[in-house]
Amino acid sequence: MALILDFAVQGAQMLVVLLLAPLLTGFVRKVKARFLRRRGPRLIQPYLDLVRLMRKEVVLAENASWLFRVIPYLIFAATWVAASLVPTFRTGLLFSWSADLIAIIALLGSARFFLALAGLDVGTSFGGIGSSREVMIASLAEPAMVMIVFTLALIAGSTQLSTMAGYLVSSEVGLRVSLGLALIAIIMVAIAENARIPVDNPATHLELTMVHEAMVLEYSGRHLALIDLSASLKLLLYVSLIACLFAPWGMATPGAGFAGLALGVLAYLGKLAVGGFLLALFETSIAKMRVFRVPEFMGAALMLSLLATLLLFVSRSL
Amino acid sequence: MVYFALIFAGLLIAIVPVAIAAGKSARGRYIIYGVSLTASIALLLIALAALFGNSASAVRLPLGLPWVGAHFRLDALAAFFLAVVNLGGAAASLYAIGYGAHERAPLQVIPFYPAFLAGMSLVTLADDAFSFLLSWEFMSLTSWALVMAHHRERDNARAGYVYLIMASFGTAALILTFGLLAGPDGGYTFAEIRAEHPAASVAAAVLILTLIGAGSKAGLVPLHVWLPLAHPAAPSHVSALMSGVMTKVAVYGFVRIAFDLIGAPAWWWSILVLALGGVTSVMGVLYALMQHDLKRLLAYHTVENIGIIFIGLGLSLAFRAHGMALAAALALTAGLLHVFNHSVFKSLLFFGAGSVLTATGERDMEHLGGLIHRMPQTAFVFLVGCAAISALPPLNGFVSEWLTFQAILLSPQLPSWSLKLVVPAVGALLALSAALAAACFVKAFGVTFLGRARTNVVERATETDRFSLAAMFGLAALCLVAGILPGVFIDALAPTVKSLVGERMPVQTGVEWLSIVPIAESRSSYNGLLVFLFMVLSGTFAAVAIHRWASDRLRRSPPWDCGYPDASPATQYTADSFAQPIRRVFGTVVFRAREHGEMPPPGDMRPARFKVDLRDFVWDMLYAPVAAGVGTAADQLNHLQFLTIRQFLSLVFAALVILLLVLAIWP
Repeated sequence: MALILDFAVQGAQMLVVLLLAPLLTGFVRKVKARFLRRRGPRLIQPYLDLVRLMRKEVVLAENASWLFRVIPYLIFAATWVAASLVPTFRTGLLFSWSADLIAIIALLGSARFFLALAGLDVGTSFGGIGSSREVMIASLAEPAMVMIVFTLALIAGSTQLSTMAGYLVSSEVGLRVSLGLALIAIIMVAIAENARIPVDNPATHLELTMVHEAMVLEYSGRHLALIDLSASLKLLLYVSLIACLFAPWGMATPGAGFAGLALGVLAYLGKLAVGGFLLALFETSIAKMRVFRVPEFMGAALMLSLLATLLLFVSRSL
Repeated sequence: MVYFALIFAGLLIAIVPVAIAAGKSARGRYIIYGVSLTASIALLLIALAALFGNSASAVRLPLGLPWVGAHFRLDALAAFFLAVVNLGGAAASLYAIGYGAHERAPLQVIPFYPAFLAGMSLVTLADDAFSFLLSWEFMSLTSWALVMAHHRERDNARAGYVYLIMASFGTAALILTFGLLAGPDGGYTFAEIRAEHPAASVAAAVLILTLIGAGSKAGLVPLHVWLPLAHPAAPSHVSALMSGVMTKVAVYGFVRIAFDLIGAPAWWWSILVLALGGVTSVMGVLYALMQHDLKRLLAYHTVENIGIIFIGLGLSLAFRAHGMALAAALALTAGLLHVFNHSVFKSLLFFGAGSVLTATGERDMEHLGGLIHRMPQTAFVFLVGCAAISALPPLNGFVSEWLTFQAILLSPQLPSWSLKLVVPAVGALLALSAALAAACFVKAFGVTFLGRARTNVVERATETDRFSLAAMFGLAALCLVAGILPGVFIDALAPTVKSLVGERMPVQTGVEWLSIVPIAESRSSYNGLLVFLFMVLSGTFAAVAIHRWASDRLRRSPPWDCGYPDASPATQYTADSFAQPIRRVFGTVVFRAREHGEMPPPGDMRPARFKVDLRDFVWDMLYAPVAAGVGTAADQLNHLQFLTIRQFLSLVFAALVILLLVLAIWP
């Protein structure tokens, strides 16, 4: 019985992240539009976009290879699996032990690896520009993320997300300098990883400074739908990750009953709303940077996270 | 066991005359590579039997120095490395059956090939200093001959020259190492050396000499300079062996001396090894990113992976020096697992590069592109290799890096302060090199196989032969299997690890769902199999659902490219332009990269030029002064050549007097 319930919760988690991801994207867009005194698209507009794209035919470049057609599914699979393993409304998911936080980061790395290859496949200059810049940003964002994982793992004594969340919600943690540094660093990494302003602009389709959009320029139809859905999933994943690590309150524990689960879901929705609102606020209040400012931005994240790790090596209580 | 191993190693040497006689014909090629394949598989099976049977066997042959003899022993450590050597050897032999058909000068390759294989196997089997050094030098010289196989090609003679100097230098350091280890009584068998406990200062000197001797063969920065010259110069199956396997023999030399022969480590050794490993990994991948020669890129990337291996070994030394045997076992397992993983995917990648080379005649990525249409199967296996070496789950490279990270996370328990500062920095370097490796292989695969053909050599390319494909598919399958069932491989390493640090990682194969749990489940666990299944399931689910309920229509059209498509393939990103952002971020510091743009004034019809200067500071700071010094000294000494007979005689007399004086004054 318990096993069936566990399976159900894990399945629910997979469905919840898949269904909520476009909503979060729509919510951020809506809030941004309201900040700009625009009415903005409807909240469900991303769903409608996805359905429209799914129904359309694929227009494929003449020299696109088989890899180009496989990559959207690979990216979607890797991102969805990663997003399903981050605790959202309940910790101790059935398959949470199959990949720890390092593996989740690496899964996202797999998705990025293939997306960058897709940018090079058709052999256009925009695709190349996107891939080349994406790997440059990733080459700093990924080590920063690994150092953040180190910081949290040293505090919690584990790289398992459920264990980390369980430890971080307990009163033993308290306020720590290293946690503060890690929080700033993870927000910077999340902004870069999700191609948000000031690193990249998610709303552009024709701009010399675009990165993510440049790589997916040749995609259309169902392939583009999958890539857009993966991007939404990734945004949801990072908001959930930050919520799970730095605001783990209200999450249901494995023994919790129906009331606990309901509370967990409500708390999760609340966290998503707050996260999306803060992201929109941040994006409207800052200008996009030049591409070669991005390394400095990411370098700052890397240094902050390295400092946080060093502090913990010096003293366990910092 | 060790008898059989020696018989097969002897067989490899015995077929050298056959190779000289028949190497030119196709039948000779089949025979030589076929025999090499058989002998390698036999040696692999012997090694696996010794590893799983956990039985050490030794033999003393009446060869070599009369008072020492030639000792050979197959223990757990030797068995693991013998298995790695011969797995790579078997794959390379299978590949060479097909690849060798394209060889223009077969007589310069085939005779040395089995001898090279035998030399590497004998190094792992040797049980006294004399046979170890003899096998080591045999391995060096045969590989040197293979590097020089195409000696008329540009730069190959220089590659061979640099390799010969560095190999001799390394062997000289190892001779001194064993001299110090053997002590004043001259006990040269490994058993006698183990019984001797050197003083702290002697042990320190031994460690440093070992790092120089084995490190120069493995490619530790700053001793790596020969490696990116020599590895690409050899025929591709030999490049695969040199990069994938011979560097591992060097790692074996280091492990054998530093973990086994020398005795208990001092705490500061690990700092040296860790710092070298961290610097090597980042420098190696940055060098690789700057290359546009496919084989040279792969060779530089070997330097990076050697760095990762030495990080694992250094961590293990640190834990061992502080009596944390379990953590030392974890770190050593991570390092040795990476030895195995790297030998698999680096061989695979060199085979792929060799297939590209035979199909197009080009190693320069700037002249390639779009090969995925011409060589779909090679492209697929090369992609698997790229993903594995970039440490992407669920393939094998990720597992060993994940274990290394887990070992780093145990290190705050180390009592020493300097280690507490060095280890997180090394962790950051490791994370940085992993991310840069992914960038490097996006470039390697993307520029070579994707995009549009940059020159018309690509139009003539055809898929490679079936022997080569069989070898590559076998290794690619191994990448996947070792990635999704890492527990089996970790358990196979247990006897080796236990024999070196006295402890082993917990048994992994019994863990439910076949996941790996290095310390405790609440701490960390990873299940490659489940991650793989989940990915397959969700990808298939998405594909089926979309094709069933949404749209499966498809139309081909010219590329969109924001409305400005350009028919010229020269508008694509090249290998150099792909790496340009990274060169600007890291290269300006590390390589003092400077970009010069030259724009002619209006009316001038000359084309605009863009030039990038890169300085290799290791070469400039370390090797160039030494080479200049040697040159100056040689010039000065050159005067001696033109003396008269009287002056020569007085010189000889003076030398004799001085030597006698020294002898008289010597206490």
